[in-house]
Amino acid sequence: MNFVTPTIDWAALTPIIIVLGAAAVGILIEAFVKSPATRRTVQLGLAVVALAAALGVVIAQWATLEGAGTVAMAGMLTVDRQALAWMSILLVFGILAMLLFASRDGGGAFTELGASTPGSLEEKLARRAGLAVTEVYPLALFAVGGMMLFTCVTDLVFLFVALEVFSLPLYIMVALSRRRRFLSHEAALKYFLLGAFSSAIFIFGVALVYGATTVTNLDMIGRGATMIADADPILLAGAVMVVVGLMFKIGAVPFHSWVPDAYQGAPTPLTAFMGAATKAAATAALVRVMFVAFAPLEWELSWLIWAVAIASMVLGTVVALVQTDIKRMLAYSAVAHAGFILVAFAGLEGEALTALPFYLLAYGLGTIGAFAVVSQVRERAEDGGVGAEAVRLGQWAGLGKRSPLLAGSMALFLLSFAGIPLTAGFIGKFEAFSAAVAGGAWVLVLIAVLASAVAAFFYVRLIVLMFFTDAPEGAEEVIAIEDSALTRTVIYVTAVAILILGILPAGVLDLFADASVLLVNAG
Amino acid sequence: MFPFLTVLVALPAIGAALLWALPSSALTRVREIALGITVVEAVLFVIMALQFDKGDAGAFQFSETYAWIPQIGASWALGVNGIGLLMVALSVILVPLAILAAWREDKIPARRRHYLALILLSQAFMVGIFAARDVFLFYVLFEAMLIPMYFLIGSFGGAQRRYAAVKFLLYSLVGGLIMLVAVVALYFAGPGGEQAFLTDNLTGTLDLTTAQERLMFVAFFLAFAIKAPMVPVHTWLPTVAEEARAGTTALLVAVLDKIGTFGMITLCLALFPEAAQWAAPAIIVLAVISVIYGALLAIGQKDMLRLVAFTSVSHFGIMVLGIFAFQATSVEGAALYMFNHGLSTGALFLLVGFLISRTGTADVDAYGGLQRIVPVFAGTFLVVGLSALSLPGLSPFVSEIMVLVGAYPVASVAVIISAVSVVLAALYILLTYKKVFTGGVPAETPATTRDLSLREKLVAWPLVGLMLLLGFVPGIAIDYLREPSADVVAHVTLEEADA
Repeated sequence: MNFVTPTIDWAALTPIIIVLGAAAVGILIEAFVKSPATRRTVQLGLAVVALAAALGVVIAQWATLEGAGTVAMAGMLTVDRQALAWMSILLVFGILAMLLFASRDGGGAFTELGASTPGSLEEKLARRAGLAVTEVYPLALFAVGGMMLFTCVTDLVFLFVALEVFSLPLYIMVALSRRRRFLSHEAALKYFLLGAFSSAIFIFGVALVYGATTVTNLDMIGRGATMIADADPILLAGAVMVVVGLMFKIGAVPFHSWVPDAYQGAPTPLTAFMGAATKAAATAALVRVMFVAFAPLEWELSWLIWAVAIASMVLGTVVALVQTDIKRMLAYSAVAHAGFILVAFAGLEGEALTALPFYLLAYGLGTIGAFAVVSQVRERAEDGGVGAEAVRLGQWAGLGKRSPLLAGSMALFLLSFAGIPLTAGFIGKFEAFSAAVAGGAWVLVLIAVLASAVAAFFYVRLIVLMFFTDAPEGAEEVIAIEDSALTRTVIYVTAVAILILGILPAGVLDLFADASVLLVNAG
Repeated sequence: MFPFLTVLVALPAIGAALLWALPSSALTRVREIALGITVVEAVLFVIMALQFDKGDAGAFQFSETYAWIPQIGASWALGVNGIGLLMVALSVILVPLAILAAWREDKIPARRRHYLALILLSQAFMVGIFAARDVFLFYVLFEAMLIPMYFLIGSFGGAQRRYAAVKFLLYSLVGGLIMLVAVVALYFAGPGGEQAFLTDNLTGTLDLTTAQERLMFVAFFLAFAIKAPMVPVHTWLPTVAEEARAGTTALLVAVLDKIGTFGMITLCLALFPEAAQWAAPAIIVLAVISVIYGALLAIGQKDMLRLVAFTSVSHFGIMVLGIFAFQATSVEGAALYMFNHGLSTGALFLLVGFLISRTGTADVDAYGGLQRIVPVFAGTFLVVGLSALSLPGLSPFVSEIMVLVGAYPVASVAVIISAVSVVLAALYILLTYKKVFTGGVPAETPATTRDLSLREKLVAWPLVGLMLLLGFVPGIAIDYLREPSADVVAHVTLEEADA
C-alpha cells in the first residue's frame, strides 16, 4: 500500500486550529506567568478571544461557503453547514462556560491545587498562597476543540480520536472541584471508567464495521451497507456498538449511569459546560453517523433508537421525581432529554437536521443558565464566609422572595426544559416531535408527550419551592445568595436568549434549515 | 386598517411588564394603573366592536396575518367572528371588575403588583386565544396561559393553594400535551407550507383516514374537556375554586374555561366534522352526566366556592350538549350560554369573595340571617343566584332554553334528563340563600358586617344589569351568534351528507 500524503485544506479547519492553538498557548502561559491572579486574567482573556475569533471565522465560513461545503483531509473531515451550525453552538456554549469558570463567587469553583489531599495542610497552604488551577481554561479549550472536530469528522477512526480529545480534559476537570472534593474525585473516577468503557465499546464497534465493510469512512460504509444483503450480523453488531458508544456520551438509558454522579460531583460551571456541550457534540456525531453511514440500516437500528429513547424518557423522568438534590435532579432531567433527542432520530427524516441543532441549542442554553443559578445559591460556612452550594431542594424554599430575578430566571429555564410555549424548549420539542411524526413514529411521540407531562411535575416542584413556599426561620443566615457579575451576566444572557428563541425563533430556524444538508463526500 | 386585535393582545401584556418594571416608589398607584390599562382596553374594544359588521358575523373580521415562524407553518393570525367577539367582550368586561374586586385584597404593595400584573398577563393570553386564527398560535397561547394562572392560584389564596395550583397545571398540561401531538400531526395532514396552521387552510383540506381523524379529534377534545370541566376530568376545578382567591376563580371559570367550549366549536367541529359526528353520542352522554352529577354534588357542598364550581360543571354540560347536538338553535344557545354563564358565574364568585372578605370563611354553616344586616348584599346575591338557576328575565334562561329546545329534536332523552337540572339548580341556590341570608344570626357574626360598598356595587351591578338587559332583549347578542353557529352546523352536517 502506497502512502499518499493527503492534501489538507487548512482554510476549512481554521476555527478548530484557532481553538486548539489557543489551548496550546494556554499551557505555555501556565509555565511562564507566575502570579495566579494575572494568570487567571490572561487565560480568561485568551480563551474568550480565541473562542470569539473562532466563532467569527465560523460565521465567515458560513457566509462564504461554496456549494455544500468543503471536504478536508482526504475525506476525513467535512466542513458543511451542518457542521458549522454545530460548531457555532459549541463555541457559544464555550464562551458562556468560560465566563462561569472565571466567576469567583465562593472563592471560585475550582480547587487551588488539584494534587493536594482534601483537608490536608498542603491544601490549606495552597489556599493561603492564593494558588488557582488556571489550567482549566486551556483544558476547556481542548475540550471545545475536540467537540468541534467531533461534529465534522466523517471517518470512524478519526471520530474516536476526536472523542478522546474532548473527553480526557473533561475527566480531569470533573475532579477539580473546590468543595466536596471527595465527591468530585469519585465522580471523576466513575466518569473516567465508564467513559473508557464506552470508548472501548465504540472502537470495538468500529473494528467490526471495518471487518464487514473494509472501510472506516462514513460515506463508504453507507454505500457498503446497501450492497451487503440481508443485514450482515457483523455489520449490524458493529453499528449497534458504535451507536451505543455515542449514546454513552449523550447520556441515554441504559448508558446513563455516569450522568448523575458526574453532574453532582463536578464543579458546577463544568457541569453546565458538560451538560450543554457534550450532549450537543455527541448528538452532532450521532447525526452524521446515523444519516450517512447507517441510513441503510435504519429499520434494523430503529428498535435500538426506540428502546433507548423510551427507556431514557421514562427512567429519567421517574427517577428525577424522587431526587432531593438539585444537581442530581437536573442530571436525571438531562437523561430524559437524551430520550427526547433520540425521538427526533426516529425514521431519520430530514426534519431532524433542523430540529436537533435547535433542540440542543435551546437545551444547552437552559442547562448553562440553570447550573449558573445553582452556583449562586450557597450555604454559609461556619466562619461566616460563603460555603458550598446549597443543593438540597429544601434549601431553595422562598428564593423567589429573596431574589426574584434569580428565581425568575431559574423558573424560565425549568419551564423551557418542560417545553412550555413561549420558551425555546417548546419550539425545540415541537421540532423534534415533528421530525418523529414525519418519520411515522406516532407512538413514540405520544410516549414522549406523556413523559413531558410527568417531567413537568418535578420542574414545577422546584418552582413551587422557590415561589410558594416560605423560607424556614433563619434561612437568611444559613443560605447566602451570591452576586457575581460574570455569573449573573451568563444567567441573564441565557434567559433572554431562551425567551427570544421561544417567541421569535424564525431567524434561527432559518439558519438551521439552511444547515439541514449533510455533505456526503466521495472519499 | 388599525390592527385592533394585536393591540388588544399587546396592551395588557405590555401593561403587565410595566407593572413589574415599576419603581417601588410608584407602587402605591399600582391598582390605578392596572385598572386604567383595562379601561383603555375596554374602550378600544368598544371602538372595534362598533365597527364589527353584524351582517357578516360568520366571517372572521379585523383579520391580521403576519408570518411568525414560517418554517413550521405558524402565523400570527388574529380575527374574530361573532362568537369570538363575544368571548373577547367577556374577558374585557370581567378583568377590570376582577381588579376592582381585588382592590383591598393585598396589604403589601409588592404582592398587589404581582397579582395585578399576572391578571393583566392572563388577559393578554385570553384575548389572544379567542382571536387566534392559527392552530399553532392557539396552542401556544393555550399552554402559555397556564403560567400566569398557575402563579395566580399558587401565590394567592387558601392554605392548600399550592396543591391546587399543581393539580390545575398537571391536568391542563396533560390535556395540552396530548393536543400537541395532534397539532404536530395537523401539519402533516394539512396543506403544509408557510401558513400551514391557519384554520382557514386546514378546514376541509385535511388528508386523513377515518381512524386518524378520530384520534386527532379525541386528542383535541380531551384538552378542551379538561378546560371546560366535564365529568370525569373536572376534579381540578372544585379544588382550585376552594383554594384560589375568588377573583382568580371568577376569571378562571367565567372566561378561561370557555376556551374549552370555544375550542370545541372553532377547532373540533371545524377541523374534524366527521369525527365530531361519530363522537357526538358519547359526548352527549358525558355532557348529561356532567349536568346531573355537577348539580347533585353542588347540593351537597358546604363550601360556597366549591358549590359554585360544581354548578359550573353542570352548566358546562349544558353548553357541550348544545354544541354536540349540531342544531343551529342549540349551538347558538350554547355560544350565548358561554357569554351569559360568564356574567352569572363571574358575579357569583365575586360576591362570595366579598362575603369571605368580611368574615373569612366560605362555609355555608357559619352564616345565617344576613339579609337583615346587609339587605343590599342579600338582594344582589339573590338576583345573581336566580340567574344561575335560569330564572326567566335573566339572560342565562334564554340560552338554556335555546339549548334544550334546539337539541330536543335530536337528543330528546338527553334534554329531558338535563331539564331536571333546573329543579336541582333551584335547590342548591335557594337552599344556600336560605341558610346564609335568612333565619337567625349566629352569635359569632358581628352585627357590624358591612353592606356592599360603592366599589363592590360597581363590580356586581354592571353584571346584573347586563344579565337583565340580555334577559329581556337577547337579540342584541344573538345577532352576533346566528351566522357563525349556522355555519358550524352546516359544516358538520354537510360533511355527514358527503360521507
